[in-house]
Amino acid sequence: MTRKQRRLTLIGGALMVLGIAAALVLNALRDSIVFFSTPSMVAEKHIGPGRRFRLGGLVETGSLKRGDNLAVTFTVADGSAALPVAYKGILPDLFREGQGVVAEGSLDASGVFRADTVLAKHDETYMPKDVADALKKQGHWKDDYGTKPTAQAAPAPTQGAVR
Amino acid sequence: MIAESGHYALVLALGLALIQSTVPLLGARWRDAALMNVARSTALAQLLFVAASFVALVTLHVTSDFSVVNVYENSHSLKPLIYKITGVWGNHEGSMLLWVSILALFGGLVAAFGNNLPLSLRAHVLAVQAWIASAFYLFILITSNPFLRIANPPIEGRDLNPVLQDIGLAVHPPMLYLGYVGFSISFSFAVAALLEGRIDAAWARWVRPWTLMAWIFLTLGIAMGSYWAYYELGWGGWWFWDPVENASLMPWLAGTALLHSALVMEKRNALKVWTILLSILTFSLSLLGTFLVRSGVLTSVHAFATDPTRGVFILLILCVFIGGSLTLYAWRASALKQGGLFAPISREGALVLNNLFLTTACATVFIGTLYPLALEVLTGEKISVGAPFFNLTFAPLFVPLLIAVPFGPLLAWKRGDLLGAAQRLMAAGIAAFAAIAVAWAWTYGGATLAPIAIGLAVFVIAGALCDLAERVGLFRIPLSISLRRARGLPRATWGTMFAHAGLGVALIGIVCETTWNSEYIGAMKPDDVASVAGYQLRLDGMTPRQGPNYREMVAQFTVSLDGRRISVMTPSKRNFTTRGASTTEAALLTRGASQLYISLGDTAADGAIAVRIYHKPLVLLIWWGPVLMAFGGLLSLSDRRLRVGAPKPAQAARALQAAE
Repeated sequence: MTRKQRRLTLIGGALMVLGIAAALVLNALRDSIVFFSTPSMVAEKHIGPGRRFRLGGLVETGSLKRGDNLAVTFTVADGSAALPVAYKGILPDLFREGQGVVAEGSLDASGVFRADTVLAKHDETYMPKDVADALKKQGHWKDDYGTKPTAQAAPAPTQGAVR
Repeated sequence: MIAESGHYALVLALGLALIQSTVPLLGARWRDAALMNVARSTALAQLLFVAASFVALVTLHVTSDFSVVNVYENSHSLKPLIYKITGVWGNHEGSMLLWVSILALFGGLVAAFGNNLPLSLRAHVLAVQAWIASAFYLFILITSNPFLRIANPPIEGRDLNPVLQDIGLAVHPPMLYLGYVGFSISFSFAVAALLEGRIDAAWARWVRPWTLMAWIFLTLGIAMGSYWAYYELGWGGWWFWDPVENASLMPWLAGTALLHSALVMEKRNALKVWTILLSILTFSLSLLGTFLVRSGVLTSVHAFATDPTRGVFILLILCVFIGGSLTLYAWRASALKQGGLFAPISREGALVLNNLFLTTACATVFIGTLYPLALEVLTGEKISVGAPFFNLTFAPLFVPLLIAVPFGPLLAWKRGDLLGAAQRLMAAGIAAFAAIAVAWAWTYGGATLAPIAIGLAVFVIAGALCDLAERVGLFRIPLSISLRRARGLPRATWGTMFAHAGLGVALIGIVCETTWNSEYIGAMKPDDVASVAGYQLRLDGMTPRQGPNYREMVAQFTVSLDGRRISVMTPSKRNFTTRGASTTEAALLTRGASQLYISLGDTAADGAIAVRIYHKPLVLLIWWGPVLMAFGGLLSLSDRRLRVGAPKPAQAARALQAAE
């Protein structure tokens, strides 16, 4: 093989691998990414049952009900709309009523959000970024939700997720 | 007083770094040995001052001086001593100080042990090192000074984030930083080579040990982090494709590629330009990792800090260094002479293939990590890219790489014999098919992909052993001669064997854990029995206990197998009063390489407690694999070839050394 042929073989091989990788990435981006929505966005966009997405908002105070064998239901609200959520399993350490939550799952036929993952990425004062942004956009932001860390009081956000 | 001294030492270190970034370069330009040697002294002095600064911060934390903001926010007088020390880097400011300390340490090591380097190369390397250091000193002093005081000191601190009060934190960040920052050396060498416009095999021989060292630490650091997440976060996962984890995986992938391409350059004087590019990319990805974690652009498990001014500053550092070095590369790379021809099927060809797959895999991780950020900035739409994305992209790219791994070491340099290599791998192939058959028969009707993946892992391990057997002529010549040959093999060969086998070992662990993991989730009352994977776990009862800075509820489980009592497990739930936060302490029971895992949830009104029990078969292999890899790296690092030092390059360098 001449030098030129060798180089072409190398470049051809490299392009092939890159092509395969690009195809894989595009395919994966179409199928496996998950969008974020708040309850009012769900109402606006008419997200159909079965489609996976992340739901973010505040856990409505008084809505948490524990059923048999670790089944829980609660309502996630963002001020203008609310959505019932059903989950089975152990809630994260930081899950509390009146605070921000992000859940991943899909709507069932009756309009209940079946979550298979509940994330609670916050502590007493910190909000999940997604939820805070969405609430701000809709004007339901209260300043004391996400008190910015100052020199006197700077809680580090404790984060965790539960599958 | 200690805080002020620490602060002052840091400012002095900045001054020294500024001198180190300019004077040696002028010296190299004017061919003035005295000016070039300034780099050595300043690098060592810089190390001294940064170390003093770091020790000052540690002292402040140990003595619980709450008049310092950093200590007040992250410490508590009741916290055990070990966590007072590890708490130093459990926060943004302290971890950045650790970052520069390690950077100075590496600079100091080059200065101290780089006596056999050509003088101008050493001057350039240390100068580039000082550019990075200056940028980060400025960053610390301007945006994240750990030595700030509070006007009215409080009596008690706010305590460290409870999740971080764990021995894993003592080891994980320093390891990871030793890896991240270690790649700065190969970066500095690359930029120095571009500035000098000269690069040869000797250059690669100097770069390789540094890269290898960084790679070993990064490998261990990632493994440690993964194990820490596994037992501390309490939901039994060990890798979440979280952006922060990806941030450490990307430099690892690029660094692994660099390790292999530097080998080609050292042995065959080929792939020079590519090796330089990889050195730059690897450290750029390390910087990107620092940016992602430290700027707070991500809100994820590890992002403890959120402050936009810092983010912008680090972004600036990132742009200057990555942009600058890539521009320099585009401008100067053509000046480097190409050399070393090879056929596509050869050791070089195999290493190119390795590089191709590793960098492509790295690119997919890069896209998966940054695409959501880019989309949010551009369109405001929020998406999350999780495990499914990476399973669909990263995994398919790793399969051909793993198939190719055993072939590489069996091919000859320049022109290899693929058929011959395949014949010599026959035993490995047979072992792989046997493993597939056994795994398939065992789990008949279960997952189909898993047995194949196990076969692949066995192929990688057996292939590494085949290579070794081939080299010592096992079974072809008398055993005693084989053993003597084995002793005489270069340690780098043993290193390759261990590192490649480690890959297979980790894969077995990953496949077994993800496929045959069994779990039980339910509410349990005292005397309830849960059975998981043949084990019976009886909840004996729950007792409250007082720890140094927390209260905990400990549940006691008796574990038995076939009616025989094996052990007692005590998971607990801790409540940290200072922060009002609670953590879940999982209990682990190791049986061979498998583990039982219990973590607790909430207590219900009727006294039942939510319990999650996992049986994770062969899970420990996931971490033994990287440990084997790191051990292989260590063996390779101790190879005589790298200790003896590189041969002296061209005359130009010798002339300069004569002037010393």
